[in-house]
Amino acid sequence: MDEMIRNLSIGLILLIIFAPLGLLAAGTAYGEWAPDELKDRIGFVPHGLEELSDLWHAPLQDYNIPHTPSFKDSKLVSSAGYILSAVIGVIVSGGFLYFIGKKATKH
Amino acid sequence: MHIPDGYLGPHTYIAFWIIMIPIWYYAGQKLSTELKSKQVPLLALSAAFSFVIMMFNIPVPGGSTGHTVGGGIIAIVIGPWAAIIAISVTLVLQAMIFGDGGITAIVTNCFNMGVVVPFVAYYAYKLISGNLEITSSTRVIAAAIAGWISLTMASFCAGIELGIQPILEHTANGVPLYIPYTWSVTVPAMVLEHALAFSILEALITAVIFAYIQRTDTSVFYGEKSEAEINRTEIMNGVTI
Repeated sequence: MDEMIRNLSIGLILLIIFAPLGLLAAGTAYGEWAPDELKDRIGFVPHGLEELSDLWHAPLQDYNIPHTPSFKDSKLVSSAGYILSAVIGVIVSGGFLYFIGKKATKH
Repeated sequence: MHIPDGYLGPHTYIAFWIIMIPIWYYAGQKLSTELKSKQVPLLALSAAFSFVIMMFNIPVPGGSTGHTVGGGIIAIVIGPWAAIIAISVTLVLQAMIFGDGGITAIVTNCFNMGVVVPFVAYYAYKLISGNLEITSSTRVIAAAIAGWISLTMASFCAGIELGIQPILEHTANGVPLYIPYTWSVTVPAMVLEHALAFSILEALITAVIFAYIQRTDTSVFYGEKSEAEINRTEIMNGVTI
């Protein structure tokens, strides 16, 4: 069991290191276009979409460190930002689940 | 499959808030009664794994991209209810910190990837593997099929949710307020790219991790007992070994 957790954790670390491969896919997922991308497709930005799409500004939008070059301009910097995002995601989500798991099994 | 803010109108996202709150509540209850302390590291790893695996964007012909969820293997290992919690936490984090998926759409995304994926996968796996020995290699195929079906079903749900927007949400003279494509467009678009690409990868990931755990320690799987537990039950039933 402990050995399994260790090996799965090693697998996870490898996934984090190779995560920037995910940046190579240049397109946008279906139904996830930014308002201007949708405008290119249909010629206008629907009113409700325009209002709601501006609701939230994420601190690390697109798994990228703000004010750093995009993947097109610097593969190295954006890859580092992507790995950092993966590390943050793993620590926060894994840490949170570990915490609530420990709480749930206390009784 | 992370639907952004602005794609779904209030009818849809409010309905999904109403659907998801009791599901989360019940999943939390199940977690506090069923979770064993040895599963805690696996629960944490599940959320972390799901977070990272979704960052692997895969391009498909036509300019679209997509990714796997890992929810099938998570459900088979920690159970579908715990999987809801693990994947939901991941999706909330992705939306709030990384802008992947909308805030109003969090509940819809949690339904598709956090409920549909683990439940379809878990019950498909159970149904296909039936009474086979836990060590049976046919179970690896069952896990792979479960992974494929689960992500494809989730993409079908997302296609429906997107495709009903022009019917539900438009101005008095019929101009769509949110995503303008109807389901005759959105359902095939979502389902095809998943069925032919992302779900196949989901099947592979599910099978590989399943086979690894199966060879190492089958008591890790949800609902399976360890040898110590089996011995204990047999002693309690008066069977001496």
